[in-house]
Amino acid sequence: MDKDLQSGSYYKSLTRNMVLIMILVSFTPLILISGALRFYFSQSYHDKVLDHLTVLIKKHRQNIDTFLYEKLADIRSLAKTGTYQDFTNEDFLRDRLNILQEEYGTSFVDLGVVDDHGIQIAYAGPYHLRNADYSKANWFKESMQTENYISDVFPGLRGIPHFIVAVRKEHGGKNWILRATVDFEAFNSLVESIRIGETGFAFILNKRGEFQTKPRNEVLASRNIYLDFLGKEKLAPDLVVVAERADDSGTESVHVMAPLKHGEWVLAFKQKESDAYMVLYQAGRLAVSIIIIGGLGIVGAAIILSKRMVRYIQDADRQKEMMNEQVIEAGKLASIGELAAGIAHEINNPVAIMVEEAGWIEDLLLEEDLRQTENLDEFKRALTQIRTQGRRCKEITHKLLSFARKTDPTVRKVQLNEMIEDVVGLSEQRARYSNVKMNMHLEPDLPMVKASPSEIQQVLLNLINNALDAIDTKGGNIEITSRINGDFVVVDVADDGPGIAKANLQRIFDPFFTTKPVGKGTGLGLSICYGIVKKMGGEISVNSAVGVGTTFHVHMPVPREPVAPSETKTTGFLSAEHGPPKDRTAEESE
Amino acid sequence: MMTDAGQDGGDRIRLLLVDDEEGYVNILSKRLTKRKFEVFVALSGAAGIQALRGRDFDVAVLDLKMEDMDGIEVLRIFKKMVPEMAVIMLTGHGSEQAARDGMAFGAFDYLTKPCELDELVEKIKQACKRRAEH
Repeated sequence: MDKDLQSGSYYKSLTRNMVLIMILVSFTPLILISGALRFYFSQSYHDKVLDHLTVLIKKHRQNIDTFLYEKLADIRSLAKTGTYQDFTNEDFLRDRLNILQEEYGTSFVDLGVVDDHGIQIAYAGPYHLRNADYSKANWFKESMQTENYISDVFPGLRGIPHFIVAVRKEHGGKNWILRATVDFEAFNSLVESIRIGETGFAFILNKRGEFQTKPRNEVLASRNIYLDFLGKEKLAPDLVVVAERADDSGTESVHVMAPLKHGEWVLAFKQKESDAYMVLYQAGRLAVSIIIIGGLGIVGAAIILSKRMVRYIQDADRQKEMMNEQVIEAGKLASIGELAAGIAHEINNPVAIMVEEAGWIEDLLLEEDLRQTENLDEFKRALTQIRTQGRRCKEITHKLLSFARKTDPTVRKVQLNEMIEDVVGLSEQRARYSNVKMNMHLEPDLPMVKASPSEIQQVLLNLINNALDAIDTKGGNIEITSRINGDFVVVDVADDGPGIAKANLQRIFDPFFTTKPVGKGTGLGLSICYGIVKKMGGEISVNSAVGVGTTFHVHMPVPREPVAPSETKTTGFLSAEHGPPKDRTAEESE
Repeated sequence: MMTDAGQDGGDRIRLLLVDDEEGYVNILSKRLTKRKFEVFVALSGAAGIQALRGRDFDVAVLDLKMEDMDGIEVLRIFKKMVPEMAVIMLTGHGSEQAARDGMAFGAFDYLTKPCELDELVEKIKQACKRRAEH
C-alpha cells in the first residue's frame, strides 16, 4: 500500500511536470511573438499618428498665418489708397470698408483712425466708437511701437471677442493708426474645423494662457504645457512639438503645438490617447482576448492530454509490475522445485531399501516357524506399518518430484473437472484442519477448454485457499461447481464465510490490494488469477454479500471446434503434479 | 557376484539386476531369490555388460539412472548383445519420458522406483511368458 501511495504522488508530479512543460513550450513563443508584434506595431502606429498630426498642424498653422497676414496686407494696401485727410473723412472710410467687405467678405467688421493720443478720430462700422479713447489699451501701446500689428483676441469696448489689425502711419511729424477689426467667428472657424476623432480638437492660446479661439466643451484643466512651450526663448517659426502627457484628471493625451504670430500664440491640438490610438488599442484588446482564449485552450489541452498520457503510463506500469510479480513467482517456484527434487531423489532410495527390508522380514516370518512367539501378530502389524508408511513417503516424494518439473506454459486441452478434483484433493488436508467441508458439483459432460494446466491449477488453488482463509477456523462449507453457460465453461467457488465489504469488492482484483494484516498477504493472488484467466480469453468475477458468503466465477471459453473428451493421462497427470506447498499459496492468496 | 541360492532346477527364471544402489539391489536380490528366481547382481552398467558375456539371462531389470553409464545406453548394448533377453526398466518418478524412450529401443516395460515387489515379480513373469511365446 505504501508503494501505491508513493507511485500515486509520482504520477501526480509527472502529470504536473508534463502540464508545465507543455504550457511553457506553447506560451513562450506565443508571448514573445505577440509581445514583439505589439511593440513594433505600436511603435510604428504611434509614429504614423504623430506624423499625421504634425503634418495637419503644420498645414493649419500655415493657413492661419496666411489668414492673419492677408488681413494685415489688406489693411496695409488700404492705407496706401489715401492720405490722413482722406481717412479722417468718415464717408471715405465707410466707402473703403464697403470695398473691403465686398472683396473679402464680412471678416472685416469696422475701420477706424486713431491719433497718437489713442483717441479714435474717425470710425466706420456698426458701433458708435468715434472719439473712443484707446490710450490705455494694450493694442494701442503695442501698435505705436511697430509698423504693423495684430492684437490678441479681446472683448474690448464692444464686449464681443475680436482682434485688431493695425497699421502705423505718419502725418506731419505725428503718428496715426489705421485699424480694422476682424470678426472672431471668421478666424475661429479656421481653427474649429480642425477636428479628429471624438476628442481631438485645436485651439489657440496667447502668452497669458487666454483662448484666442472658442474652445470646445472640454475644459483645459492645465495650460502649463502650452505656456511652457511659449515661454521658451526662441521658437523657430516652423517648429512643431509633440508631447504625450497626462493632464490633471489623469487622462493621457497627445498634445501637438506650433508657434503662431512670431511666438506670441500657440496653435495647439489636443486628443485623448485612447481616441488617437483607438485602432491600436482595439488591436491590443483583440490580441489579449485571443491570447486569453487560446491560453485557456492550451492549458485545458495540456491538462487533458497529460492526464490521459499519464493514465496510459500508469496502466502500462501496473501491467509491467504484475508481469514482474509473475516472473518472480515463477522463479520462486523453479527454485523451490529444484530443492524439492533433490530431496526427493535422495530420500527415495533409503525409503525403498527400508520397505524392501521390511518385506524381507515378512518373507522370513512366513518361512520360519515362529508361531509360538507370542508377539508374532505385533511383528506382522509393525512390518505392515513400515510398508504403509514407506508407501506414504513414496507418495510424498512423487508429489515433490512432480512439482519440481518445469512448469509447462503451453496451452492444451484441459478437462476442468479433473483439475478441480486434483486441486480439491490437494487442499483437503487444510480444509480438515479448518473444519471446512468441500463439496463438488461437477457437470459430467463438461467440454474441454484450452488452457495451461499449471496456470489453471494455480487459479483454482488460489480461489480455494482464499475461501479457506475467509472461513478461517470457524468451520463452514465450500461449494465447487462446474457448469456450462453458452459458449463458456463456468467454475464457481463459493464459501459461506463473512463476505467482502462492498468498498473492497471493487478493488479485489487490483494488484497489492489486500485486507490481510501486514506480512500475511501480498495482494497478488487474485490479480494473478485475473491475469491468467484474461490471458486465456476467459473472465473472472465475484459476487459477495456480507454475512452470507462469497462466490467467484471463472468463465473459460469453449474452443470452436468440437473437442473429444480425452482419455489421455496427460491432463490428470499434469494437474496432479503442480500442487505447490501450502505456505506458498497461503502467502500469495489475497 | 552370483547368489548361490538357486543352483538347483534349470527351469528357474534367470534374472540380471543392474543398479548402482547396493543396499537396494541386495535386498531385492534376496527377496527375488526367495521367490525362486536365479538372480545375478551387477552394481554398474559396465558390470552388467560384463555379466552378459559369460552367462545367459531370461530377464534383465535395469535402473536407468546410474553413475557410470546412461541406462538407455546400457539397454541398447544389452539388446545388441542378447536381443532375445527381455529388459524391464526402473525409473525415478518424473523421468518417465526416458523410460518411454527406452520402449522404442526394445525394452519390455518399465516401473517407477520404488516399486512394489509383487508388481515387479508380475512384470518379470509376463516378460518370460512373452519370450516363451516367441
